[in-house]
Amino acid sequence: MTATLFQPIAPRPAPVQHRGLIAWVRVNLFGDFVTSLMTLVIGGAILYWLPQLLSWGIFRASWAPNFDACRVEGVGACWGVVTEKYRIILFGRYPFEEQWRPLVATALMLGLLVASCMRAFWHAWLALLWALVLGVFFTLMYGGSLGLLKVETDRWGGLPLTLLLSTLSLTMAFPIALVVALGRRSNLPAIKTVCTIYVELIRGVPLISVLFMASFMFPLFMPEGFSIDVLIRVLVGITLFAAAYMAEVIRGGLQAIPKGQIEAAATLGLSYWQTQRKIVLPQALAMVVPSIMNNFISTFKDTSLVTIVSLYELTGALSLALNSDSDWRPFKIEGYLFIAAIYFVFCFSMSRYSGWVETQVNKSKLR
Amino acid sequence: MTSTSPPKKKSWSWRSQAFRGLIYQLIAIVLIGLAVWFLAHNTLTNMKARGIQSGFDFLLGPAGFDIGESLYAFDSAQPYWQAFLVGLTNTLRIAVMGIVLTTILGTLIGVGRFSRNALVRGVCYAYVEFFRNVPVLLQLLMWYLLFTEGLPDSLDAWVIGPMFLSKGGLSFPIPVWASGHLWGLLGLLLGAVFAVLYRKWAYQQFEKTGVLKSMFWVPLGLLLATGVLGWLIGGAPSTFNAPIKGEFAIENGGSLTPEFLAVLVGLTIYTAAFVAEVVRSGIQSVARGQSEAASALGLNPSQSMRLVMLPQALRVIIPPMTNQFLNLTKNSSLAVAIGYPDVVSIANTSLNQTGRAVECIAIVMLVYLTTSLSTSLLMNWYNTRSAIKER
Repeated sequence: MTATLFQPIAPRPAPVQHRGLIAWVRVNLFGDFVTSLMTLVIGGAILYWLPQLLSWGIFRASWAPNFDACRVEGVGACWGVVTEKYRIILFGRYPFEEQWRPLVATALMLGLLVASCMRAFWHAWLALLWALVLGVFFTLMYGGSLGLLKVETDRWGGLPLTLLLSTLSLTMAFPIALVVALGRRSNLPAIKTVCTIYVELIRGVPLISVLFMASFMFPLFMPEGFSIDVLIRVLVGITLFAAAYMAEVIRGGLQAIPKGQIEAAATLGLSYWQTQRKIVLPQALAMVVPSIMNNFISTFKDTSLVTIVSLYELTGALSLALNSDSDWRPFKIEGYLFIAAIYFVFCFSMSRYSGWVETQVNKSKLR
Repeated sequence: MTSTSPPKKKSWSWRSQAFRGLIYQLIAIVLIGLAVWFLAHNTLTNMKARGIQSGFDFLLGPAGFDIGESLYAFDSAQPYWQAFLVGLTNTLRIAVMGIVLTTILGTLIGVGRFSRNALVRGVCYAYVEFFRNVPVLLQLLMWYLLFTEGLPDSLDAWVIGPMFLSKGGLSFPIPVWASGHLWGLLGLLLGAVFAVLYRKWAYQQFEKTGVLKSMFWVPLGLLLATGVLGWLIGGAPSTFNAPIKGEFAIENGGSLTPEFLAVLVGLTIYTAAFVAEVVRSGIQSVARGQSEAASALGLNPSQSMRLVMLPQALRVIIPPMTNQFLNLTKNSSLAVAIGYPDVVSIANTSLNQTGRAVECIAIVMLVYLTTSLSTSLLMNWYNTRSAIKER
């Protein structure tokens, strides 16, 4: 029986800290050699550029609506171009004294859009609200009644026009897209062919060729002496374009519905339209909500193309504001950044919202 | 099996599904036919009333306008169809270069979203969110403004190695064509044949012995080696036509106009944001267990990436990637806004000169339809080839 000698065990190293700022930095910024190198390179670049950018954009910037102040050596960004020209940029060629009207109209429209996104407003009377707000929007913009000065549509511009084009084209495109998507899945060969041709034709060409068509060829299509406002022509063009893309998205959702669902509906004795309305579409649409939101975002951005056919929405209104004014023209980049920021705010909030909708839709699938 | 399906009613009654379908289709066809007839009739009467001529005969007449940028010499005396051809080559040039650059940049950024480095992740995320959420037209206009206003005059051009960057665009050296280059090309061709033969052999070896030989570096080495060998045999011609600063402008060398650069850079950066998302979703779609299984089998990281992860990710990536390529090609039509003479811009000029709206727009649509449909055919073919083979 030998005496066991006491042998101390070497102390274990303290566990690696996994929480807290320091641990996060160690793992995420200085994990290994390559990571540390990347951190140094990118961090260095950011530390080098960011102060310059901030000093150009904020600290050395000139905010006064005075172009002489911008021409001084060493002055950074000239935001005066925005303070001076914001009314033309936001409202285009709309008569200057009447600009409260597009302002109110835009605010109403924005309020409506935000409200439609909120769950508390998802009732049947929302449709009524839409009709009401659209009516007010047009009355305010067009005038000609209630003692308002009449403003022809060719003077509309800026943000209200962007909002109008995107909202109306999307609301009109949705039902068309539904019908076309159902048509492409239909068993009737003629209807299927027609829908396929429509989708492939539109998706194969760029939006501007559709817009050119709306602005140059549409008048030729109409009977003599019958002319349609250029705004409506362009609206029709964007709608048809957006509908073709949306139809493909919805078709994707329809394809993902298991055949058993439709067979079950047929067993219950539901007709075609009942099956689609009560069984297929609710599931299919819920499935493709994220893609539809993507579609909304791209259509919103695409409305900027109408500037090529001489409608002055945001982008066009900016060129309108600055091209004619040689004093302010050198500061166009600030103007571009301003409207880029507007577009960004809209599109980014839409994409955030789409994320929220996605979680709402997926709730039923969570366990 | 036939006994399970309900007996088809052949009667001409409203209760027969086949009959109703027939009627619906008839109604649809008649309505569409009427609409087309209505539009065509109106167009013809309008054109007659306004004295607009129709037909494509104008394509043979002299164009009467110059094109600032073309792959081959074009002057205003040449016919319209050649002008359209110049526009087409300009569009294709943007599309091809844009697709290549976008794929590289987009893949890098998409992979960057998975980086272990938080800064890289953050920068890639910010890139995607910013460039995706601003209209591409606005971005093109901004790039054009930067290239024409932000850069120095051509006399104070920035020097980047042998290249010059200025308001006049980018000037770069181009090799002078010599007969020796032909030998180099022949060498490359021979190398390609060798590379294909080597790969076949390597596959056979793999099937026989299970030893995987290098499938990429050895063929590439073969290709380059024979190419260089051919070039050496041809006498190693290496004269370059390098740009030099002349008295008034930069002379010699090849050059890219600021319009071209603005369209290319703008489209590449915009589309890369979308491609990055496509790549990210593709990589995410591969189940985690797959890479674990690969390493359990003893594959090293690059093998597991090449043999296990990528083939599965590509199935998810290819269809949306096709869409992005098509979008890039179609968005190149926005070049009309900054005066790059692509096919839309040429058509627009021709339209204003001749008034043949229907024909010019038809040509544009035809061009894009052909490219779109052929690209999607090609990609669908590739897609079916790479899709999962099930039972």
